Amino acid sequence: MEALSETTPQASAGAALPLLRIDAVGKRFGGFTAVDDLSLDIKAGEFFALLGPSGCGKTTLLRMLAGFEMPESGRILLNGEDVASMPPHRRPVNMMFQSYALFPHLNVRDNIAFGLRRAGVSRVEINARVAELVALVRLEGLEKRRPEQLSGGQRQRVALARAVARRPRLLLLDEPLAALDKKLRDSTQRELLALQRKLGLTFIVVTHDQDEAMTLADRIGVMNAGRLVQVATPRQLYEEPRSRWVAEFVGDINIVEGRIEARDAGRLRVTTQGAGVLTALAPRGFGDVADVCVAIRPEKIRLSQRAPADNSGASTINRLEGTIADVNYLGSASSYTIALDGGATLRASLANAARVNADAYAVGQRVTAWFSPDDCVVLDR
Amino acid sequence: MSGRRFAAMSRFNVVSLALGFAFLYLPIVILVIYSFNASQLVTVWGGWSLRWYTAFFNDEAMLAAAATSLRVAAVSATLAAVLGTLAALALVRGERFKGRTLFSGMLYAPLVMPEVITGLSLLLLFVALGAERGFWTVTIAHTTLTMCFVAVIVQSRLGSIDRSLEEAAMDLGCGPVKAFVAVTLPLIAPAIAAGWMLAFTLSLDDLVIASFTTGPGSATLPIRIYSEVRLGVKPEINAICALIIGAVTLAIVTASLAAKLSSRRGGNAAPM
Amino acid sequence: MSARNIFTRPARLAAIAPYGWMVLFFLVPFGFVLKLSLSQVANAQPPYLPVFDLGAGWQALVAAVSALSLDNFRLLLSDNLYLSSGLRSLTVAATATALLLAIGYPIAYAMSRLPRRWQPLAMILVIVPFWTSFLIRVYAWINILQHDGLLNQVLLTLHIVSEPVVWLSTDTAMYIGMVYSYLPFMILPLYATLSKLDPALLEAAADLGASPLQSFWRVTLPLSLPGIRAGALLCFIPLVGEFVIPDLLAGSDSLMIGQTLWLEFFTNRDWPVAAATAVMLLAILLLPLVIYDRFQRRQMVRS
Repeated sequence: MEALSETTPQASAGAALPLLRIDAVGKRFGGFTAVDDLSLDIKAGEFFALLGPSGCGKTTLLRMLAGFEMPESGRILLNGEDVASMPPHRRPVNMMFQSYALFPHLNVRDNIAFGLRRAGVSRVEINARVAELVALVRLEGLEKRRPEQLSGGQRQRVALARAVARRPRLLLLDEPLAALDKKLRDSTQRELLALQRKLGLTFIVVTHDQDEAMTLADRIGVMNAGRLVQVATPRQLYEEPRSRWVAEFVGDINIVEGRIEARDAGRLRVTTQGAGVLTALAPRGFGDVADVCVAIRPEKIRLSQRAPADNSGASTINRLEGTIADVNYLGSASSYTIALDGGATLRASLANAARVNADAYAVGQRVTAWFSPDDCVVLDR
Repeated sequence: MSGRRFAAMSRFNVVSLALGFAFLYLPIVILVIYSFNASQLVTVWGGWSLRWYTAFFNDEAMLAAAATSLRVAAVSATLAAVLGTLAALALVRGERFKGRTLFSGMLYAPLVMPEVITGLSLLLLFVALGAERGFWTVTIAHTTLTMCFVAVIVQSRLGSIDRSLEEAAMDLGCGPVKAFVAVTLPLIAPAIAAGWMLAFTLSLDDLVIASFTTGPGSATLPIRIYSEVRLGVKPEINAICALIIGAVTLAIVTASLAAKLSSRRGGNAAPM
Repeated sequence: MSARNIFTRPARLAAIAPYGWMVLFFLVPFGFVLKLSLSQVANAQPPYLPVFDLGAGWQALVAAVSALSLDNFRLLLSDNLYLSSGLRSLTVAATATALLLAIGYPIAYAMSRLPRRWQPLAMILVIVPFWTSFLIRVYAWINILQHDGLLNQVLLTLHIVSEPVVWLSTDTAMYIGMVYSYLPFMILPLYATLSKLDPALLEAAADLGASPLQSFWRVTLPLSLPGIRAGALLCFIPLVGEFVIPDLLAGSDSLMIGQTLWLEFFTNRDWPVAAATAVMLLAILLLPLVIYDRFQRRQMVRS
C-alpha cells in the first residue's frame, strides 16, 4: 500500500529497533479478517492513536498487543523480542479497559496494588508506590472506597493508576474516555496528556472519536477493514489525507468528482461535475490518473455577495456562484449549504466572529463561494 | 491456535462437564434400561421384555394411586398458577403495602422449608378444622407449596417487562384491565405455563407432604412407590419410574419446541 | 391516595387471595404446631390434649392454657435420641453441602465458560433431572448400590474388589443420594453468578500479571461468593430436614431429625413430641437464615 510506504521501515540492519514493531500481523475470526497483514512501528515515548470506525480491527490489534488474542501470522517485537505468543500475564504491557474492569470486590488501594502484588513487590514498596499513584491521579482519601462508590471520572482514574502501577513499557488504552460525559472528557484528556509526559511512558490509545485522537496523539493510525490506511500527525491527516476514504472519515469535507484537463506549474485544472472548472494544487507524487475528486474543507471556503477582487491573478482563485439553500447556526460557527449553479452542493463553515453579525447570509440569497487552490486536495477516486 | 493459552483450562472444563452430566444421567439411564429386563431378579440381565410394564398396567392399586396423583397435580397446579400469578403481581407492582414483608416471607419460606414441617403443620390445621383427609387436603397442601414456586417464576418475568408497554396500551385507549389482558398477560404467559408445569411435577413428585395430609383411600403414587421401595427393589417400580421419566421428557421436549415455535412465529409475523 | 401509580391499587387487590391463602394454610398451621408442642399426648382422636374449644367459654380456655407444658421440650433435651439426631442432621447437611460445593463448582464454572449459544442447553440439561421425580432419583441409586447391584458388579468384574462391598444403608450411599438430588440447586446459583462475571475482569487480572490460577483465586472465587452462599443455603436448609434420602439410603442406627419426627408421628403416634421436634428443627434452621440475612444486609449497606 502506498500509504504505508513511508511508515513501514525498510529492514536495514543498522537502524535501531523501535520500542514496538508490528510486523505483518494478521488475524481472522472464522471467515472474517479482523487484522490484515498489518505493520507499524512505534517509538518509545510516543502517544499513538489508532482511529477507525467500529469493526475496523483496531480493538483486535490492541488485544493482540496485550496478549488476549494470538496473531495467526506475523511478529510483535517489543524491544526486539517477539512477544506474539507470550501470555498476557508475562508481558511488560498493561492495558486500560474500556469498561475499566475494576475489581468490584477490591477497594481503590487493592485495585491499584493488584499488579504490584503479582509482581512480588515488597509490602513496603507497594505501600509507597500506591500512595504515589493515588496522589498522581488525585484520589487521596478514597483509598478505602469500592469501585461502585466512585463516580465515573474517579473510576477512570483508578483504572489509569492501576494500569501504570507496574510501569509498563507500553500502555494500551481502549477507548479510555468513551464512558465519560463530554465536559469530563475534555478535562480528562488534558490530564491524560500531562500524565503521559510526566511518566514518559509510551501510550497506544484506541478510539473511534477523531477529536480525541487529534487532541491526544502525536501520530494517528487510521484503520479500515483490518488495514492501516494512513499513519500521520493529526495536522497531516486533516490537511493532507491520502485517500478519499480518509478525507471523508476525518472531519467534514466537500468532495466533487472530475477529470484532470491540464497540468501546469504545479497546478491542476479539473473539470468537475457540477462545480465548473477548479484549479487545485498538484499533490506530490500523484500518479498519472485522469479521473479524480477534488476535496475542500468547509471552513476553507469563504462567501461573499460580490465576487472578490483577485489580487494574485485572474485564474488562481476558484469562484463558484450559487444560492444559499440552508443555514445552520451552531454557536461558534454557522454552516451554510450552497446550491451551486452548476448543480453541485457545497457546505461552507463560517466563524461567528461577532455577536451581531450583519453579514450573515439568509436562505435564498445569491452568493459567490471562493477558495484558494492551495486549500484543495486532489484525490484518487 | 487462538486459544492456546486456554487449552489446558478448557480440557479441565470438558472433563468436569462430561463427568457432571454422566453423574446426573447415568443412574436414570440405567434405571430405564433395567425396566426392560425380563429377569425377575433386578440385577441379572435376562433379555429385553415389557413384562413389568404389563404388570404395572394390571396393578389396580398402583393405577388408582397414579390416577389420584394426576388429579391432585392437575387441580393443585391450576390453583397454584392462579394464586402464584396474583402473588407475583402484588409483589412486583404493589409497591409498599401493609404486611408486604410478611407476605413475601410467607411466599419464600416454603421454598426451603423442610417438607416434614409443612406436612405436619397442615395436617394439624386440617385436624383442628375437622376436615376429612383425602383428595382435597392433599390438593390444598400441594397448592400451598407450589404457588410459591409459581410466584417466584412469574415475578422474575414480570419484573423484566417494561411497564411502559402497558402504559402505551392505555395511552392507545385500553382500560387498565384490557391493557393487562392484551399486553402483560401474553408476555407473562410463558412464565405462568412454566410455573404450572413445575407445580404439576412438584405435586406429582411429593411424598412427605402427601403422607401427612392424605387419608385412607387417597394414596398418591409416590406414597405407593415409597411403601414398595422400602421393601426392596422391584422391577415393576423400574417400569413405573421409566414411564414417569418418559412422560416428563416428552413434556419438556414439547414445551421447549412450543416455545421455539411460538418465538419463531412471533419473529416472522407479517403485518396484515 | 398514597398509590405511587395507576398499577399499584389493582396489584394490591391481587394480593388478597394469595395473602389469605398463605395466612390460612401456612402461617396459622405453625400456631397449631407450636401449641401442640406444648400439649400432652392422649389416647384419643386427635391424639393430644388439651383441645381448644372456643365454644366452652373463657374459663375453659384458661384451663386449657394452664394445661400447656414444656414437658415435650424437657423430653427432647433429656433424651439423647433427639439431641443426637439434631446434631447428626447438622453435620450431615454441612458435609453434604461441602461435597455439593466441591462437585458443583467445577461443573458450574465449566458451564459458564461454554460458548454462549451452548449455555442454555447445558442449563436445561442440569434442570431436567430435577423434573423427574425425587423419589425416582433416590430409587435409581438403590438399583445401583444394592448388594448385587451394578456398582458391585462393575467393581468385581474389574477386580477392584474381591467381594461385594456394602454400599446400601451406609452414610456413603446417603451422601451420594444427597449430592445427586441437590446438585441442580447448587449448580444453578453458582452458574448464575459465574456467567455474570465480566470476562474483562479476568483479562485485567492477566494483564496485571496474575497467572490463570491466581486470577481464579483473586478474582473469580471472591466474586462468586454470593452464588456460593445462595447455593449452600438452598441445599443446606432442606437437607437438615431431609427425610426420604436418609430413610432409603442410610442405615437405621442413627437418625436425622426429619426421620425422628416421622417416627414419632407415624410409628409412635406421639403428635406432641413430633410437633416439639418440628419446633426444634425450625430453631436449628433459623440460625443459618439469620447469618445469611446478615450477609445480605451488609452487602446492601455497602452498595
